Amino acid sequence: MAKQTSVEIVTEWDIVAARQLGRNEAKALGFGTVDQARITTAISELARNIYLYARVGRIDIERLDEDGKQGILIVASDKGAGIEDVRKVLEDGYSTSGGLGAGLPGVKRLMDSMDIVSKSGEGTTITITKWLR
Amino acid sequence: MSLKVPILKLYDCLIVSIQWELDDHMAMMFQEDLLNKLYETGARGVVLDLTFVDFMDSYIAKVIGDAINMVALMGAKLVLTGIQPPVAITLVELGISLNANSTALDLEKGLEQLRKELGG
Ligand SMILES: Nc1ncnc2c1ncn2[C@@H]1O[C@H](COP(=O)(O)OP(=O)(O)O)[C@@H](O)[C@H]1O
Ligand SMILES: [Mg+2]
Repeated sequence: MAKQTSVEIVTEWDIVAARQLGRNEAKALGFGTVDQARITTAISELARNIYLYARVGRIDIERLDEDGKQGILIVASDKGAGIEDVRKVLEDGYSTSGGLGAGLPGVKRLMDSMDIVSKSGEGTTITITKWLR
Repeated sequence: MSLKVPILKLYDCLIVSIQWELDDHMAMMFQEDLLNKLYETGARGVVLDLTFVDFMDSYIAKVIGDAINMVALMGAKLVLTGIQPPVAITLVELGISLNANSTALDLEKGLEQLRKELGG
């Protein structure tokens, strides 16, 4: 019984909507202010990547409740060009857009887990989780 | 419908306090406005207060970090104030440094520090 909410990423303003939704969910789940900031930042990075590199996509947010452990699961998915070399985009400073290249490696450090599934020409799905401690 | 970040002038300093969540447009506009105001007023220092900023992603950090470098290029001193613990923690975890040479706990201490650095 997972409660799910989502935001379609089409315009720049949807990045703001997605991270606000994430912050509200994190707050409602009882995450502290530091974890709220981590989750908000992670969603902002993934939503902006969708907007920049795939044009459109979506962010789905789900509450996790497993064996009495609670957490938040976020899925960022798009049907864009995909990521050719997943290892490379996880290197600090790697960017194809003149960005800081801190997004994906940063999200990995901010969250408890990150999983990237991407196929050239078919799109990208990135799943991240954070558990309540 | 973008709100502007207000920039106040006090003596020969500019005081900027980011009071609400920045979207990408606001962030870019803020950068331009700050440099224009610096040029127009000939201010020698800037206090940039982030007390009300509760998260910062790599894009906004880049815009703010670039603004800090640009202020230095224009020969003015900048003091960064009010960074909240969650923001400091996430910035370090993202691996981002804002290149601020001078920081203070709050706006008041930042202004004092800036006036000292500017030589009274
Ligand atoms: N959803 C995506 N689809 C295609 N490529 C992506 C996607 N997300 C990230 N990338 C690629 O990964 C690189 C690194 O992303 P990131 O770490 O967020 O840094 P930045 O956005 O600053 O470039 C991007 O420059 C881009 O080439
Ligand atoms: Mg990015």
